[in-house]
This record gives sequence, structure tokens and C-alpha cells, in this order.
Amino acid sequence: MAKITKDEVIEVAHLARLAITDEEAVHFADQLEAITNAMELLNELDTENVEPTTHVLEMVNVLREDKAAPGLDRELVLKNVKEHEAGQIKVPTILD
Amino acid sequence: MSLADKTAAELQKLIHTKELTIAEMAEKAFDRIEELDSKVDAFLALDKEGAMEQAAKLEETPIAERGPLFGLPIGIKDNIVTEGIETTASSRILTGFNPIYNATVVEKVKAAGMVIVGKLNMDEFAMGSSNENSYYKNTKNPWNLETVPGGSSGGSAAAVAAGEVPFTLGSDTGGSIRQPAAFCGVVGMKPTYGRVSRFGLIAYASSLDQVGPITRTVKDNALLLNTIAGHDEKDSTSANVEVPDFAAALTGDIKGLRIGVPKEYFAEGVGEAAKQAVRDALKVLEEKGATWEEISLPHSKYALATYYLIASSEASSNLSRFDGIRYGYRTEKAGNLLEFYMNTRSEGFGDEVKRRIMLGTYALSSGYYDAYYKKAQKVRTLIKQDFDKAFEKYDVIIGPTTPTPAFKIGEKIDDPLTMYANDILTIPVNLAGVPAISIPCGFENGLPLGLQIIGKYFDEETVYRVADVFEQATDFHKKTPQVWEGAAQ
Repeated sequence: MAKITKDEVIEVAHLARLAITDEEAVHFADQLEAITNAMELLNELDTENVEPTTHVLEMVNVLREDKAAPGLDRELVLKNVKEHEAGQIKVPTILD
Repeated sequence: MSLADKTAAELQKLIHTKELTIAEMAEKAFDRIEELDSKVDAFLALDKEGAMEQAAKLEETPIAERGPLFGLPIGIKDNIVTEGIETTASSRILTGFNPIYNATVVEKVKAAGMVIVGKLNMDEFAMGSSNENSYYKNTKNPWNLETVPGGSSGGSAAAVAAGEVPFTLGSDTGGSIRQPAAFCGVVGMKPTYGRVSRFGLIAYASSLDQVGPITRTVKDNALLLNTIAGHDEKDSTSANVEVPDFAAALTGDIKGLRIGVPKEYFAEGVGEAAKQAVRDALKVLEEKGATWEEISLPHSKYALATYYLIASSEASSNLSRFDGIRYGYRTEKAGNLLEFYMNTRSEGFGDEVKRRIMLGTYALSSGYYDAYYKKAQKVRTLIKQDFDKAFEKYDVIIGPTTPTPAFKIGEKIDDPLTMYANDILTIPVNLAGVPAISIPCGFENGLPLGLQIIGKYFDEETVYRVADVFEQATDFHKKTPQVWEGAAQ
């Protein structure tokens, strides 16, 4: 039985770039523990010699010709951006 | 004249005989939406101006050049991007996002001359089985407004059931087309993985997601799949296989057809009414010349856990692109870039989305990867092998779509595990990647039940043929929901 602690939830949330409160961390810890415990059912199965399936169809790598083509129109792209200046997207300070 | 119970062929005839113009038909859809959608809440956005413009242009096409769906209205699930119409996937984080291109399926329905009326509500990022996870509103089941329409394509199924539009597109990751189709008493098809392009579908779990049609009848469904199927070079997971004429496959003949009925789909937890409706359906199909036998898909009980590990892992990766930089919601509270990401995502995503992102991040993290994610991928192989084996002997597999009919709004929302169990009969199909349809097959307490017909890879033709034979022999699809009573249009 996996025990998921509040601190683990905070760590996972950080990795997932989610800010959560202590209260939310406790709530999610309980729920994630219940869910992962239900997932332990899979351990009943011996899968040592089973190949994993990542994709149901046979995948072939798709390579296109290395040819220059126009990208998205900048004006159009900036239509969905909250803040921009001189054709650039504005974001908060990256380095303090 | 009500258009709400008419098939594609009947609607098309109205246009051909000039009883209605294309614009008038679209207008009728908007009138019905105006009349009923305040009760059903299926639509998130309407594009009347765009629809009328499109309708006027379509009128110029000569009748000889018009296909079977030409001029007919369609609604699109809100996780499929539509140029010029706000697309949110029912999430706050995409508020105000106005795509600058169309999904391939949208291009295809437009090329077929269909008129896009608007975008349909769903569970946020397609995560849910009840439509209660939308940031914007809860869609209601037209059969009983106190119950859920199912999820995540609940808006798409409810809009068809309410007679607002005859066609919608949904997406199905673990049952998200078939489960709401069953709850709302309509026809919903999840095609073979790769049959329909996913370009422009906002990804939830890339190896499972598939776009598909929701309609009133099986034939209309086949016609819409004809329109959206096919290889797309913009989607590397799209299959380069021939697309047959699915509507032409409805021959009415199922003599000699072999049906497998998994005993696991009749296990404890599946309601008696759902089981009985399927037994009755099998009798109908037997009378038409099919034979059936009980079979076993022994790894079915592991599907739910496998699904949530794989889907959540893929979701945690897919949803990392939502950072507030290029589109959608952006936090007001940020000092530096890391805070900006974290606050934007925390304020932008709802609880269920956060829960799955965290489960996925946990399952993929160092130390747990083998125990959870890789293990699930291996069990997926076993589930796929169950189907491969069954299809050596049987043409289709049949069972209930859901364990019970629609449940009450609010009944399961605080218990994720119970909610997840609702998709137990549809999830194995997505893990294997095979096609499956849900069609109406009965009622329990006035609420519809669905019959699920599962087919071999790329054999949607047989699935449709069986579905059509059952539909022709029964009248479940002719019953109309509560919300129709007193509706004018």
C-alpha cells in the first residue's frame, strides 16, 4: 500500500508547476493515495515477459522533406497573446 | 415543422425540394437552441453570423455537386479547434483563446458543406464522466434535467438528444463518446484509433484519444464518419489505410455473423436492467441470423487502473503546454516566471485536471515509473491480446455501454474512484484501439440504456451493419426525451 504524504504531493505539484495550498495538499494526498492503492491491483499480474504497448498501431517514423515553408503569421499568433510589444511576447522577469 | 426528429436524408430532401433554404435550416437550429438550451446548457459558444455567411455561400453550389450532408447543421465539441470561434476545452485556462486554424475534422465537415453552429460543453480537457467538470456550466440530460448527460462529450450528446442539431463531433479517450451517447439515447461511434485525424484536437491522452460522430441514427453516423475519416499528413498517428463507404455497409444482412459476449461485462456492479437490455438485443440479432456465445476477456478488471495510469501520465505531459504565455488565461499574481507558470496553471485548471496531472507526474517520476507507468503499458498489451484472441473467432463483441443509466447531478462528484468506475465497460476498447459504437437499446426509469458493439481494427463497417440491423428492428431511437415536450421548433 503506497502511503502518499502531504510533502510528496507538494513536491509532485511543484514538478507539475502547480501552486497548491497546504489544505489542498492534504486533500490531494488522500485522494491520490486511494487512487494509487486501487492501481496496485495490477501487481496481481506477472508481466515480466510482456512487452509494453505504447501505441496500438504499427508506427513508422514520419519524416518530411527538409524544405523551408512559411510559419504561422506573427500578427495572427499575437492575437491570442495577453501582452506583447514590438512583435515580442511579454513575460515576467526570468532572472532575479 | 420540427426538424428535430429528421434524418440526414429527410433534411437533405427539404433543401433539395427548396422547402427550406440552407440558411432557413440553420436558422431553425438556432431557434431550437434558443428555446431549449437554457434548460440543457449544451452549447458554450454559438456562431450565428459565421453560420449564416457559410449558408449563403453554400446555396450557390449546384445540387448535383452536393453530398449527403450538404447544408446540414453541426455542433463541435469544444476541444476541437475552430478558426474564429472561441475554443476552451471547457477550461478557464483557455478562456478567450481564438484559434487561428481549423482542426482537420473541421476542415472536412466544412468541405462537405456542413454548417457549423457552435461549440459544445464538455468536461474540462475531456476529463470526466458526467460533464460536471466544465469550468463554465453543467450540461443536463434532456431525458431528465436532474441527471447528468455523461461525459466528456456530454454537450455533444445532449445537443443531439434535445434535437438542437442532428450532428455533432465528440472525442473519446475512455468512453467519452459512447457513455454520453448511452446516457442521452443517441448513437455515438468511437472509430479505430488512427481512423480520424487528431490534428487540432486538444490532446488529453494522445495514445487513446479519437474523434468520432454523435447522431440520431446509425446511417447518419456512418455518413458523418465518411466525411471525417482518412489519413492526414499533419497527424503522425493517423493511419494510412483505405476508407470504405461506411453508409454503403448497411446492407441489413447479418446472417452467419458471430457475436462474442464477454462474461466480464455482465459482472457484479453492472445493473440488471443494463444486462437484460443486452440479452434482449441479442435475441433480436439472433432472429436476424446472427449467433452468439459467451466469451471471456480475462484482463478486463485491470483496464480501469491501466487506463488511469496511462491517461494521466500522457495528460501530465500534454497539459504542460498550458503556461499562460501564448494564449488563454494569464495570472495577475506573479513576481517571476516560475510563479507566473504556477499561479497561471493553478488558477486556470480545475480540480479533476489537477488530480490527473499530479497522478501522471507521480506515475512518471523517478522511482515509480516502472511500478506504475511501465506496468500499465504491459497490462495494456494483455488487454489488447484479449481482444485479438476474441476477434480470431468472432466478428463483433457485444455488451452494455455503461453499468447504469444516467445518475443524478452531484451524486458522484466527490468520489473520483466511483466516478471512474462508470467507464469500466468502455475503457478496454480505447486501450486496445478498436472501434465501438453505442446505440439506444432500452430504458430504466425513463432513462436510456446503451448497447455497445465492438469491432475489429478498421472494421467499422461490420459494427455499423450490426447497429443498423438492430436499429431497424427496434424503436428505441424513435422515443423522444422529456425536454421535447412543448418545444415549438
